Amino acid sequence: MKKYVATRMVTMFGVLMITLLITIALVGSNMDTILKQGIVFQVRSEITEDPTIAESFSSVNEFERFVQNQIDHRINILGLDEPWHSPQRIGLTMYKILLLDFGHATFLTSDAGSSNVKDIIFEKLPRTILLFTTATIIISIIGIFLGALSASKIGSVIDRITSSFAIISSSFPVWWIGMLMIFLFAFTYQIFPARATPDIPSSDPGYIAALLYHMTLPLITIVMIGFGSWAYLVRNFMVGIMQEDFIMAKKTIGINNKKIIYSHALKNAAPPIITVLALSLSGSLGGAIITEAVFDWPGMGRLYFEAITVMDLPVIIGSTYILTVFFLASIFIADLLYGYFDPRVRTGQ
Amino acid sequence: MSSISPQEIKEEFLKSKMGIAGIIILAILVATSIIAIIVIPVETFQEWNNPENWISYPKVATPVWVNFFMLEKIPEHRILENPNIQINSEGNISLTSNQFGLIFEYDDFPSDFIYEFSAKYQDSPLLQMSVIRPDGIKLQLLSTSLPYSNSKTIHSERIFSTDNAIKKNLSLQSKVFAFDLNGLSTEDIVFSKTKTNEPLKGKYIFLIDMYSVNTQPQITESKLIIGGKAFGIMGTDELRRDLAIGLLWGTPLALFIGLVVAFASVTMGLLYGVYAGFKGKKTDETMMRFNDVIYALPVLPFLIILSVTISNSIFVMIGFLMVFGWVGVAKVARSMSLQVKTRGYVDASSMMGQKDSKIILKHILPQLLPYAFASIAISVPAAITTEAGLSFLGLGDPSFPTWGQILHDANIFGAAARGLWWWIVPPGVMIAITGLAFVFIGNALDVIVNPKLKR
Repeated sequence: MKKYVATRMVTMFGVLMITLLITIALVGSNMDTILKQGIVFQVRSEITEDPTIAESFSSVNEFERFVQNQIDHRINILGLDEPWHSPQRIGLTMYKILLLDFGHATFLTSDAGSSNVKDIIFEKLPRTILLFTTATIIISIIGIFLGALSASKIGSVIDRITSSFAIISSSFPVWWIGMLMIFLFAFTYQIFPARATPDIPSSDPGYIAALLYHMTLPLITIVMIGFGSWAYLVRNFMVGIMQEDFIMAKKTIGINNKKIIYSHALKNAAPPIITVLALSLSGSLGGAIITEAVFDWPGMGRLYFEAITVMDLPVIIGSTYILTVFFLASIFIADLLYGYFDPRVRTGQ
Repeated sequence: MSSISPQEIKEEFLKSKMGIAGIIILAILVATSIIAIIVIPVETFQEWNNPENWISYPKVATPVWVNFFMLEKIPEHRILENPNIQINSEGNISLTSNQFGLIFEYDDFPSDFIYEFSAKYQDSPLLQMSVIRPDGIKLQLLSTSLPYSNSKTIHSERIFSTDNAIKKNLSLQSKVFAFDLNGLSTEDIVFSKTKTNEPLKGKYIFLIDMYSVNTQPQITESKLIIGGKAFGIMGTDELRRDLAIGLLWGTPLALFIGLVVAFASVTMGLLYGVYAGFKGKKTDETMMRFNDVIYALPVLPFLIILSVTISNSIFVMIGFLMVFGWVGVAKVARSMSLQVKTRGYVDASSMMGQKDSKIILKHILPQLLPYAFASIAISVPAAITTEAGLSFLGLGDPSFPTWGQILHDANIFGAAARGLWWWIVPPGVMIAITGLAFVFIGNALDVIVNPKLKR
């Protein structure tokens, strides 16, 4: 078991590093250009602010050379004279990112006005977790009960409805249903707000209530699309287990069906269910990007989307990192749970 | 895993209602694609983002069939292109006359009308525009002379109903109408009953007469557009594009994306997994570690970064989708090949000294084919929705009108807020139907491949 955990951890860390490397490789050259432009702008504005510097030069050429020297000097100090792919710079960047030091955002700010990427991310992250964790919990509760119910009455009306609903709902994109829901419940029947961002400042005492009210429509949409396939999954696990010999034995003894399903079968179906639960939590965070863009929910997904549209590179790198960490953490937990529940893995066979 | 012969699969599949439903939907979609490719010239969809191409179409018009359910008929947008041409000459005055007939049976006024023409002439001919209404009244709309030219010239012009000269002409004929014409737009007057300002139904004839002295002018192009609020089978969007064309062309694109991605990634995964499972030991270990790494990459953020930084071309995107698509299949294929390789005939053939590649291709892979077909069918919808999602975020290939792209535009122009359902619903329904066809087929196959699910 220890060896298993260790290998998983090493793999996860490796994946994290690879993700970071690829991200940096993809945006590195853009990042360099932007940083260098920033320095040029900074130097120029400092010189225009102080007229005495400009007066001390006799010719334009000399002045330009001075400016260029200043710029080169700063680029040197910051280590930007080396290309972004030099091992030194990549190492430094990755080290900083590991310590959650993402630097300052180029365009975006947090609601509180900070341009520190860490502040921005940690302001948005709880909201994403709030929405998607709540949704996942509701989905799994409905899903497990519906799944168990249809597994107990295979071929019944409930079973058929659940299965067909699962199949149909899985082929609809969540964000499209989101658009329809906004169209129906925000504009045609004005029950819920169309934009999920509350319009009062986050310091207001009523903010939490407003946020929850604004959360309803996205929550309903996510749950509606999600629970069908969950129920179907649970049903299939259960159907598999109901055919096992020990359940048959219990049936022959005459233990009542309800008890078999809810205590014996469900218990045995638990490991895969919990594993899938952990995975779907992380999966929902990845899918959050489009869903949040549709509902304008002020979380990580929308932040990511905004950062991509304005090419705010520090935010892109920071969000990718955080999203990956969450994703990996939940895969890791899923693996551990699976290892814990499945004796074959536990004993290292 | 038991081996099932293709014949058995076919029989079982034909028994499944779901599978047949899937095949029928798929056949319809394929037929639609073929129709789209044949009927709509490629140039039209390449011009999708060119506003010039759509200028004579109406803005955000509802589909025409909506009128079927409405008590008050919405005026249809009409583009009249084939006028009745008459050429007369009396002495040295010649007259070219274009007549457009229009049957107007709607309960609201049209939004405007535009006459578009090119004429070939010398001198300065006189252009007169008038309309004969169903009640027999003839209204003079415009009387203007075209710009003077002393040699043969071609002149193109658009006459809009908002033209001040038309308004002035109408106010001169105001005694026909029993109500005050002030503040009413041209089309509200031309198409109005005389007693009250309500639409007058019936047959209208628009007359365009061109008089010229000594020379014979020619009207080479002549088009009358009656602006309406309903157009085509699927309506139009904010940029006046005919949504039917976008939706039709989206079908082959979606099928292409979905099938190519699914086929390629399943093949890759299958070969990778089978090879790892067959080789075993160190090779298996290394290959599966690599598999784990790809499996743990967050797909959507990566696709977004890739499409922003590298290219948003649809072919590059298909490539990226493949890169992330094969992982799950590889895992299952590996565990299946672990089972298959213990069978006697595989051992026998390897003892006979057959090459690894031959054993994999001839003895192991065929056993996994039913599973492969099921997973191809199941991974098509995922590829289609992912592409649609990326396009929806505005990261798609702008040169191809995919369904995701249409929804992206709808979102940008606030279609939901403005109640433009015909812009939002059909693309999503198409995505869902296409997904559904493959999910049906996939599930039907899955039940055959995993007999445990049958009960």
